[in-house]
Parts: sequence; C-alpha cells; structure tokens
Amino acid sequence: MAVIIDKELCTGCGECLEACPFEALSLQDDKAQVNEACTLCGACEEVCPTGAITVPQVERAADERAAEARGVWVFAEQRQGAMPEVVAELLGQGRRLADELGVELSAVLLGHGLDGRAAELFALGADVVYQADDERLAAFNDDIYTQVLARVINEHRPEVLLAGATSLGRSLIPRVATAVATGLTADCTGLAIDPEKRLLLQTRPAFGGNIMATIICPQARPQMATVRPRVMKQGPRQEGRQGRLVPVELNPQDQARTQVLEVVRALEEQVNLTGAEVVVTGGRGLGQPEGFALVRKLATALGGVVGATRGTVDAGWIGHAHQVGQTGRTVSPKLYVALGVSGAVQHLVGMQSSDNILAVNTDPNAPIFSVAHYGIVGNLYEVVPAMLDRLAELRGQGA
Amino acid sequence: MKIVVCIKQVPDTAHVRLDPETHTLKREGVESIINPFDLFALEAALRIREQAGGAIVALSMGPPQAAEVIKEAIGYGVDEGLLLSDRAFAGADTWATTAALAAAIGQMEDVDLIVCGKQAVDGDTAQVGPGIAQRLGRPQVAFVKAFREISGQRLVVERQMDDGFDVVDLPLPGLITVVREVGEPRPPSLKGKMRAKQYRVPVKGAADLGLAPEQVGLAGSYTQVVKVFAPQATGERRVLQGSAQETGAQAVDLLVDNQVILLGS
Ligand SMILES: Cc1cc2nc3c(=O)[nH]c(=O)nc-3n(C[C@H](O)[C@H](O)[C@H](O)COP(=O)(O)OP(=O)(O)OC[C@H]3O[C@@H](n4cnc5c(N)ncnc54)[C@H](O)[C@@H]3O)c2cc1C
Ligand SMILES: Nc1ncnc2c1ncn2[C@@H]1O[C@H](COP(=O)(O)O)[C@@H](O)[C@H]1O
Repeated sequence: MAVIIDKELCTGCGECLEACPFEALSLQDDKAQVNEACTLCGACEEVCPTGAITVPQVERAADERAAEARGVWVFAEQRQGAMPEVVAELLGQGRRLADELGVELSAVLLGHGLDGRAAELFALGADVVYQADDERLAAFNDDIYTQVLARVINEHRPEVLLAGATSLGRSLIPRVATAVATGLTADCTGLAIDPEKRLLLQTRPAFGGNIMATIICPQARPQMATVRPRVMKQGPRQEGRQGRLVPVELNPQDQARTQVLEVVRALEEQVNLTGAEVVVTGGRGLGQPEGFALVRKLATALGGVVGATRGTVDAGWIGHAHQVGQTGRTVSPKLYVALGVSGAVQHLVGMQSSDNILAVNTDPNAPIFSVAHYGIVGNLYEVVPAMLDRLAELRGQGA
Repeated sequence: MKIVVCIKQVPDTAHVRLDPETHTLKREGVESIINPFDLFALEAALRIREQAGGAIVALSMGPPQAAEVIKEAIGYGVDEGLLLSDRAFAGADTWATTAALAAAIGQMEDVDLIVCGKQAVDGDTAQVGPGIAQRLGRPQVAFVKAFREISGQRLVVERQMDDGFDVVDLPLPGLITVVREVGEPRPPSLKGKMRAKQYRVPVKGAADLGLAPEQVGLAGSYTQVVKVFAPQATGERRVLQGSAQETGAQAVDLLVDNQVILLGS
C-alpha cells in the first residue's frame, strides 16, 4: 500500500521528495511517483502545496475495548529493591494525564519483599497500587512478568499504560503489548491527550532522531508507551498521601522459564549513562587514550560520568560501556559536555535531546556545533583546565 | 541447532548529514544497508553455529529489493534465506511486523533459536524481537552482550541492564536480541560472496503465511502515525568568543548562572 498521487494536481515541484523520510518518492516525467518504501507516514501529504497527495484511509474493525477502558497506569519498575528515577517521572506525567481524563492513576508493582514500597508510589501521585509480591518475581524474567502484568491489564482494562524506556522496560513491555494485543509506541519524549477522543498523542523521535512522529492507537486498549527517562517532569511529592493497595496473587502454574543466575551491579566499567545528570564525553579529538584522564577530571568536578564516541571506543581508548550514540546508549542529561567530538549523526542521535550541550572543538565547522547550546571553538587541552580553574575558584569562594 | 536471524533493510544513516540550517536530513545518495545491529545478530548466530553446529536461516520482511540483505547474509555465511514481501505488508507497525515474521518462523521446522538485533535504526523501537517471542510463546532474553555457555539445549548469556548486567539461563527453543558487545562482525567470506551471487532468495507473501490482508501491513497495525515534523531546536545556541582561558571560564559562569551546574553547599 502507498499514498495516492493525483497526477492532474501534481505540479512536479518536488516538495514531497524532500519531506519523505523513507526515500519513497521520485519524479518521473515531472510527476511524483511512489515506491514500495512508502510507509504511509503522511509527511508528503502535509507539504504538498496542491493537495495532490492523499494517504488512503484504512477501515479497521471497531474494537469495543476503546469505549470501556478507563484509567491511567504506570509500570513501577523496580530491580533489587531500587526504583529508577523514571518511575517518579512517569507518575508525574501520569497524574497530569489522569487528571485531564478525569480518571484514577494506578501503579503496578511486581517483585518480592515489597513491603512499604506502595507508600512511595502514593506519595508520588498514585491513587491505586496493584502489587504482586512473590518469590517468583524476585528477579526479572520476561515471561512471568508478562503473564502477571497482562493478566492485571486484562482484568482491569486501563486506557493508558506507561513504562520507562529502560533496558527492563524495553525488554518487557513489547511482550506485554503483544500479549494483550495492543499498539505500543517506543521511547516517547512527549505525551498529550486529545480530550474529545480520549486519545493519547505519543510523540517520539524516529529515523535517528532527525524527525519527530506523533503516533496514536485509535482502537485497541490500553494505549501503551515506553517513555524516555529524564524527559517528563516529576510531580510534587506529598508525604503521607493515602491510596488503595490491591494485592495481586500469582497462579500456581506461573513459572519463569529463564533463570537469572547472577546480578552484576554497576562496576566502574558499567557506567550508568542513562541515569546520569551530567555526561562529559571525550572524542578522538583527545588525540590519545591518556586524554580521558582530563575528561574524567571534569566529569568528577561536575558530578557526572564519562561518555565516549565510537571513534574512541573502537580505538580501544575506553570501554564499550561508555559509548553514547546509535550503537551505544541514548542519554539526555541536564548537561552534556562534548570534548573533541565531531558530532557525526550516529553520535548526535544519542545525545541531542540533552537539556544543555556544551561543545569544545578546534574545528568551527564541526557538526556538533549545530546542536550545542554553548559552543567553544578551541583546544580542549586549554579550555578544560580553564573550566576546572574557574570551578575551583567559584567553589573556593562559596566555602 | 537451527537458528533464524531476523534482519531488516534500512537507509544508511552513516552518509546522512544534518542540514545545519534547516536541521533536517540531507538524504542525497543514501543507500540501503543491513540494519547495523543485525550484523551483530548475524555474527552471534555464526558463533553459535560454530560451537553447536546446525544451520542458519536469514529472515527479512520488506520490499522486493530487501532480497539484497538476504544475499548479503548468505555472503556472511548463513545457510538459507527467506524474504517476506507483499504489497499488503506496507505500513506495518511492530504488531503487524511480528505477525508476519512469527508466522514465517512458525512454518519452519524445529527452530531452536531466533536472533534479532537490539533495534532497527530507522524506527529505533526494539519491539520486534520480544513481540515475536510472545507470539511464538518462547522465552526470551533481550540485549544480550555475551555468551557464557552454548549448547543445543540452553544458552547462558549476559544481559545488559542500565545498572550493570545479569547472567541469565535461557532454555531453548528461545529468542535473544543482541547488542554490539557480542562481537565485531566478521567480513563476508569469498566463498560466501560467490554463493550469494548465485543464490535465489525465496519469497513468501501474506497468503503463503496463511495471513489475511487485514492482519498485516497498515490494515493490521494498531498504531497510526498522525504527524511527522522536524525536531524543534530547544534553547538558544551561542558560540562563546575569546581565548581558551576566557571561554572556559565564561562557560562555567553561564552554566552556574543558569543553574545547570550547582556549586554545592
Ligand atoms: C552504523 C554506525 C553506527 C555508529 N554508532 C555510533 C555511536 O553509537 N556513537 C558514536 O559516537 N559514533 C557512532 N558511529 C561513528 C560515527 O560515525 C563517528 O565516526 C564517530 O562518532 C566519530 O567520533 P569522534 O567524534 O570521536 O571522532 P572524529 O570524527 O575523528 O572527531 C574528532 C573531533 O575532534 C576535534 N579535535 C581535534 N583535536 C582537538 C583538540 N585538541 N581540542 C578540541 N577538539 C579537537 C576535531 O576537529 C574533530 O571534530 C557509528 C557509525 C556507523 C557507521
Ligand atoms: N522487517 C523486518 N524484517 C526482519 N527483521 C526485522 C524487521 N523489523 C525488525 N526486525 C528485527 O527486529 C529487530 C528490532 O527491530 P525494531 O523493533 O524495528 O527496532 C531488528 O534488529 C531485526 O532483527
């Protein structure tokens, strides 16, 4: 299936070719032509000045779930007793969505030894907590987590379910969405409500972060999304806020087939890039592996962690775990410092949603400057020591 | 051991440049390639076959020209290929994609292991692997970064997590998705390349998979893209002027003033 082009209306202006993210359009005899690469995303329809392009409407079977489902849910991921920051962010965003829809906000908590955990979720905005506390949920295994989560969803029928786009979330949630037969949007950076249709408008970067797409799930419920950490704002914390705790029992036959033999926590080389507030990244501009000592020094001074480009990882200057970008980690810290990083698109996609980007590069034309909020054209071996001096100076004054 | 590797054809973002003015992609001369993560999936499958024996099938869903990636996979040393191609598949979201891929794997006999890449670089969803596992009712481990044990009955793998990694025992038949740490892809072999030239890629459509048109492609998708737009550049962009001394100090001052850096108490 592909978009429909009205050859009479098409003027061959080529606007649609520019707009198509999938190279699905070409000009033939001065008329736009579409090929199999078309995904019906509609980017061309939007830019066509003469209205020559239409996206065919597909009739879908009505799904009675859309009319009945109510409530916003958040998957309260926890691992070994630790809850990632993103859960608080999801509750903050979930609260806003629930209020807009006029429904309750619920959190689902799976694990073992969860006593007292629900209070935290109530304080962060949950009205209800569904809690499955069982030995079999102590370690994360996709299949048993899926069984339990899908069962609670099918029983209570929420209209929206949000989870963190963490390693655990992105492993589990696609399975759950498949189990309950609904759509899922990955790694969202924006969520809003269309109040009339009660639809969740899910916005996410696609195509390497160079286009944004807004996605809906019109028929099936719940409307599910994984949400990028550090994008949504946490709500106010209300100590002692009360809610309803609903225990969830496992069935005797619920059993994980995989078995977690060992959990290895963040060692020095297992950097928690995803959760870091500050990331200081070194690129090949460091010139030599020893350059990372300076990167580490600045990272320590700023209370952050060390990132790296693929160039430096491939050169063996630093471990894989530090790599930011398309084949590394995606980060969006409060501050991202890029030192001697050229800013190849594969690197940019992993960091361009950072709140503040500072780049130091000797080449004024380096693409990193197109995303940097603060650009310094200069030698990092001169600029970084100046930054460290100034930091020490300011801190000395403060003491 | 019979292994299926799922590979996707994607546009090559390595040659894509950002237009600094409009902040959009410049796509002139962009070619199609195997999704980079799927090269790691291929490499993982080849290593497993080296240890446990057996055969590898490369599976892809896409337009007719996606036969190219199957041929490439033959070049890397996989035994067979299968392309799922049908006009009805166009516009598929991950739900409709896994419908077709899982149906195709379901038709194959005695598949012990399915290997997917971590994610496809065009959509970046990372949803297809777990979706296939669920449809086929198989256990899975996503984001595998290393193998500790490989046999016909089970794999013991290291699974990458945000705060470290887990060592997980996966009984077969099962599915894994892999990250780049599983190992650098080897280059295609000469013998493989020769074979790839001759290889005729088998193709199946929706009907061959026993799927109705409304179960696949756009019609079979739950999600719908309603808007596509260029990302908004957030905040002001400025290049600091002066010597290294001045700009370094100025950057710190600006970050402190804007409360990006907290000096602490
Ligand atoms: C499929 C694929 C996936 C990829 N995935 C990733 C990924 O996940 N992450 C990633 O980072 N890359 C990735 N890459 C690689 C990417 O294309 C670039 O090659 C890489 O990011 C470049 O690293 P770099 O900026 O360190 O090096 P370079 O491009 O060599 O840039 C070094 C920069 O340092 C500057 N410089 C030199 N000396 C100094 C100095 N003294 N002071 C200040 N500046 C200086 C130079 O002007 C230059 O701009 C991928 C590539 C492909 C093909
Ligand atoms: N059309 C496809 N054909 C074959 N494999 C695919 C296809 N789409 C996705 N995959 C596999 O699923 C993985 C994750 O893709 P995605 O969920 O699209 O990010 C990829 O790395 C591939 O291994």
